[in-house]
Amino acid sequence: MEHLLQELTVFILAIFVGYYIIWSVTPALHSPLMSVTNAISSVIIVGALIAVGPALFGISKIMGFIAVILAAVNIFGGFIVTQRMLQMFKKKKK
Amino acid sequence: MEHNYSILAYLISGVFFILALRGLSSPETARRGNIYGISGMVIAIVATLLLPGIESYVLIVLGILIGGIIGTSIALKIKMTALPQLIAGFHSLVGLAAVMVAGAAFHNPSAYGIGDIGNIPVASLIEMSLGSTIGAITFSGSIIAFGKLQGIMSGNPITFKFQHFLNAILGILLISVVILFCLNQTQNFFWSLTILAFIIGFLIIIPIGGADMPVVVSMLNSYSGWAACGIGFTLSNNLLIITGALVGSSGAILSYIMCKGMNRSFISVILGGFGGEDVTSQANKETEQRPVKSGDSSDAAFMMQNAESVVIVPGYGMAVAQAQHVLKEMCDILKKKGVNVRYAIHPVAGRMPGHMNVLLAEANVPYDEVLGLDEINRDFASTDVVFVIGANDITNPAAKTDPQSPIYGMPILEVENAKSVLFSKRSLRAGYAGVENELFFRDNTMMLFSDAKEMCENIINALGK
Repeated sequence: MEHLLQELTVFILAIFVGYYIIWSVTPALHSPLMSVTNAISSVIIVGALIAVGPALFGISKIMGFIAVILAAVNIFGGFIVTQRMLQMFKKKKK
Repeated sequence: MEHNYSILAYLISGVFFILALRGLSSPETARRGNIYGISGMVIAIVATLLLPGIESYVLIVLGILIGGIIGTSIALKIKMTALPQLIAGFHSLVGLAAVMVAGAAFHNPSAYGIGDIGNIPVASLIEMSLGSTIGAITFSGSIIAFGKLQGIMSGNPITFKFQHFLNAILGILLISVVILFCLNQTQNFFWSLTILAFIIGFLIIIPIGGADMPVVVSMLNSYSGWAACGIGFTLSNNLLIITGALVGSSGAILSYIMCKGMNRSFISVILGGFGGEDVTSQANKETEQRPVKSGDSSDAAFMMQNAESVVIVPGYGMAVAQAQHVLKEMCDILKKKGVNVRYAIHPVAGRMPGHMNVLLAEANVPYDEVLGLDEINRDFASTDVVFVIGANDITNPAAKTDPQSPIYGMPILEVENAKSVLFSKRSLRAGYAGVENELFFRDNTMMLFSDAKEMCENIINALGK
């Protein structure tokens, strides 16, 4: 129970941080915002790695393996697309 | 004790993710932000790999390699106009990954420190069901959104009788299965609840039409965050909870901004059925009889080069025609001729938040020439020519004057205040909302019936003469 309360604390505080940070994002960058949040939500890979990690083979390991692939697609894809977009918002101003 | 360093590493990585989002407050700091994001991810992955429970690395390396290659090649090849469907596709992967991790935790709870098979604490079971349910809804919902955006399936809302009733029944069924799962914790219940959630995700997106996709894509963005949160609670991992909450609130705020841009409640968007063929064809019949002034590229070129100020209003039609580059070229010529050219972007123009901004940036339009609704609206009165390219509803004055109109109350770009308005459009067809645009029939409006890209090319030729 104590565990859950501690997690809940982190959760609620993080929502507040998110709320204020997202409102400060300039509307012009809303597309990169979506792709970068997509990339960082793939931090779920952490859970997948724990499933693939054990030496023992089983269903859990297979599912973890699939999750690692999916999350990796997102991590690489998400950050690269974001970088591509942000790159376009550069150069300007001759 | 050896566990503590990983908690610390996760904390650092969480802070980096916050900085990554903070960077997006301006284009100057945004790229540094992305570096923070990447660093945060690397720290999180390395810290996890060093955990004592990780003994075999072959599949991990293989998985990251496969995923990395796929992700990299997609991200490098994708056209910027296809961005909305790419994002939707990516969301579906996060959703499925969440389902997989929840399943893995269910089949091997001891690896995650949440008891043994058949003996998982109820709190963990609830968290697991939440993670899996939201993940599954994100997955199937995003697949449908992807299909609609990619044009694999029709963008029209798909509605049928008792749709909401069916959804409600499935929702109740889902909750009952979750309860049964918590009581019995068998594999069958886990998979039933996941499959039910898949079906629900599918059903809640099909009635939503194409132009409401900015809301849907942001909503699914939000869901993918909450799914990560659910998994974070299951694994007692603060990093997942923090990241999930950040992403969840980000998507929620974006959905809110999009809904406000259309003056529609989130609920009405989600219930769907807005717009579509029937209304459109009806509106078509009525409009055909009324006279409009139409012109060609040389008329448009003449008007614009003799104007002092021109405002460009792009919409989804520009994205479809891939006209952003020629548009920029056209504006460059105008600028050389001494015309003051700016761009006005409506919050819901296009198919995802910020869609038009990215396309204009791709065409090298300086971002300080691109203005939002509030920044530009009062300038229309002193503008000579407005060039609307592939947009419609977002300029329709009925939103202010006609309380009967489905778009009544939606904030619009008040282009009717300008001295003259040019509409580059393929036909007189009503916009997504199925409402005809009174502006088409005004004296100071000229319709340019053509593909957006062709029209810009022709105007460039005419300007050159």
